[in-house]
Amino acid sequence: MTSLLTVEGLTKAYPGVVANDHVSFDIAQGEVHALLGENGAGKSTLVKMIYGLVTPDSGHMTLRGAPYTPAEPRAARAAGVAMVFQHFSLFDALNVAENIALGMENPPPMRQLAARIRTVSETYGLPLSPDRLVGGLSAGERQRVEIIRCLLQDPKLLIMDEPTSVLTPQEVEILFATLRRLSAEGTAILYISHKLEEIRSLCDRATVLRLGKVVDSCNPREKSAAELAEMMVGAKLVAPSRAGGDLGDVVLEVAGLTLPAATPFGTTLRDISFSVRAGEILGIGGVAGNGQDELLSALSGEAHAAPDSVRLKGQSIGALGPSHRRRIAVLAAPEERLGHAAAPDMSLTENALLTGAIREGLAARGFLKWPAARAFAEKVIETFDVRTPGPGNAARSLSGGNLQKFVIGREVLQRPEVLVVNQPTWGVDASAAAAIRQSLLDLAETGTAVVVISQDLDELMEISDRFAALNEGRLSPPRPAVGLSMEEIGLMMGGAHDMEVAHVAE
Amino acid sequence: MIRLEKRPSPSRLWTVATPVLAVALTMIAGGLLFAALGKDPVAAIRTIFWDPLFNEQFAAYSRPQLLVKAGPLILIAIGLSLGFRAGIWNIGAEGQYIIGALSGAGVGLAFYPMEAWFIFPLMVLAGGLGGWAWAMIPAILKTRFRTNEILVSLLLVYVAEQILASMSLGLMRNPEGGGFPGSRNLQQYPSAANTELFAGTGVHWGVVAGFVAVILAYVLLNRHMLGFQIRLAGQSPRAARFAGVNPNALVVFCLGVSGALAGMAGLFEVSGPAGQVSIDFNQGYGFTAIIVAFLGRLHPVGILLAGLLMALTYIGGELAQFMLGVPAAAIQAFQGMLLFFLLGVDVLSNYRVRLGKREVA
Repeated sequence: MTSLLTVEGLTKAYPGVVANDHVSFDIAQGEVHALLGENGAGKSTLVKMIYGLVTPDSGHMTLRGAPYTPAEPRAARAAGVAMVFQHFSLFDALNVAENIALGMENPPPMRQLAARIRTVSETYGLPLSPDRLVGGLSAGERQRVEIIRCLLQDPKLLIMDEPTSVLTPQEVEILFATLRRLSAEGTAILYISHKLEEIRSLCDRATVLRLGKVVDSCNPREKSAAELAEMMVGAKLVAPSRAGGDLGDVVLEVAGLTLPAATPFGTTLRDISFSVRAGEILGIGGVAGNGQDELLSALSGEAHAAPDSVRLKGQSIGALGPSHRRRIAVLAAPEERLGHAAAPDMSLTENALLTGAIREGLAARGFLKWPAARAFAEKVIETFDVRTPGPGNAARSLSGGNLQKFVIGREVLQRPEVLVVNQPTWGVDASAAAAIRQSLLDLAETGTAVVVISQDLDELMEISDRFAALNEGRLSPPRPAVGLSMEEIGLMMGGAHDMEVAHVAE
Repeated sequence: MIRLEKRPSPSRLWTVATPVLAVALTMIAGGLLFAALGKDPVAAIRTIFWDPLFNEQFAAYSRPQLLVKAGPLILIAIGLSLGFRAGIWNIGAEGQYIIGALSGAGVGLAFYPMEAWFIFPLMVLAGGLGGWAWAMIPAILKTRFRTNEILVSLLLVYVAEQILASMSLGLMRNPEGGGFPGSRNLQQYPSAANTELFAGTGVHWGVVAGFVAVILAYVLLNRHMLGFQIRLAGQSPRAARFAGVNPNALVVFCLGVSGALAGMAGLFEVSGPAGQVSIDFNQGYGFTAIIVAFLGRLHPVGILLAGLLMALTYIGGELAQFMLGVPAAAIQAFQGMLLFFLLGVDVLSNYRVRLGKREVA
């Protein structure tokens, strides 16, 4: 195979960290090439350099035999490099065709563009109506908008950053069919992910990054997931374990919880019912944007629901605010670390105070006990191995994994009766994720009822006793997690949203 | 090319240094302005910053004036800073200041000519209540109907000015004043007068209240849960909700406190340095206090210093007007520059400036 893109000795340093250190690899024409690495390994910086968003400090790139130095994404697109980002840049209030036109240099007339969108979407098995409002699309459909936007440019290299984190298993299959078809037609795909099974089933080759350096490359089909993980982390990983204690009485009971959306594009929770016993972990899966944030707010007390729709040991708590719920040991850790679970510019001591004031007695008659708050922050840092110079550092100076350990640890150490966490290991490196999962399992063993909302199905299968899925604000009836097949889980999550699987040409 | 790189955490050095740099830049740009007007820039800057304090001829008058002017500025700015920290923008302190003055003066005038020790405290209370009530209008509109408190509080300033005009020409006009606008002179009514407490210092009750407010605000922000919640709400509103802060209660509290302090400042002014309710007694302290609050970085001690500096530019500005003939508008432009440069160089505390071209690999 001929080489499409060759990268040689790319280096990029930021103040205090070398994000990429002499990275070299090459991508062949029509190849599906995986870029594998933990968070912070330098994957994002590398693709940003290829896409012209970041200028390398040194090193050079060759595209189809010619020197390639994109000064900006426009130049990269002109050279045939397209990228689908993890976070979409779409306007909710515009329709699909208008959104696509906004990203084009010289958009054709709307009717012509709509026709082209239809053609591309049918050719590649990505059904999407150009007239639909983006605000009403599921995450998977939004991703299709981004992919079609790229395909209209007829790219030679398509970069995809964590594309499956927002998809149901069925949608993943459809995406993979599309990608394989593109690859068969000669388009190379640079696929960034840390989901090892996906990489094994899709990719021809993998380049492994660790701490900004290329440490290995392999054919992922010839390796096991565990071997890939070890290449990525550079150490053996220990899977979380649990003793499997007995379940106690029902602690948290949610019955007929209905909550109108707070914003026009939010999700309305409809008639949600479940119960969690002492010592039990209930895993709640689902594609992003199907009511996860709203469910967490209803359980943390940030959103008020009918008093009887949430009960703690029979006591109605649906209308209580966050402070009240903390007082009765119902604690929560939201998904967004910076700006929701923690205040970015405040120190860890202040962030310890943020949720710990009530249960840890960090204030007396409204006056703050700073030494006690500092001691509590230090306890969280020590117990949960948070890597930071000290509790005086701002929350935003911590890496994602370390801040997440702090945020989860802060709640775990407050001896909750009920703990609700949303995306506990999102964007967290493998070892920190394992530590967080283990701490949730340990907490359940002490008799806490734990609700884990997550989009990572592997994680949920690993730690949950029972599993339920959110789909468009409704919760499927919880089922025992042991023995659930991927297909059953996918159907609980709503299957492939509005898609006829028959569309995909096999 | 100049590029800005975000710092991992705000620079402590620059947080302290930026106000000093801003003052220096204001002196340079102001000097150029005065030079363009045909005045000697060095003399003008010296007249504004140096003469009021150290010139033998003027200092005896100017030094007390410094506290007289700084007192209300500090008192109002402290109140405003609480709201600004929480992201609640009360731009209408001037209106609350006027209504507070009218309420307090109204109580005093109602008791005239009775002499009793409780009249002045009652006036202070009424002044605070008046300002508080005026601030409750934007507060309630915001919490009930999501209106923008910036617009509502600002527009209410003009309403308050009309009420002030009406009062000084009508209801509160001095019946023995020979038909001139303005109320009785409260300075000549001992039970209602806000007198100088120590001769020759300019210290009156309003200055004392300003200092007390600085201390209380410092304690509130650094040692109390409510102050923590105010800071939290300003920095990340969602985290504040998660922590259990009620945003509506915070709006009512912050607008209420800033309104009450502005109202008290108005009362201290009308019963002291101004002496009477008149159409133009207000002097724009409520607006200048916004500058003072930001110049002091919304920190109580910073506001104390900023209030003194601002008072200095007022007094020095007046001095420059009659000594050098610098137009009043130029003095206002000079004060505006101070805020402009302060906000402009603020970027240095959060960003690092990088010079040089973007290299192409």
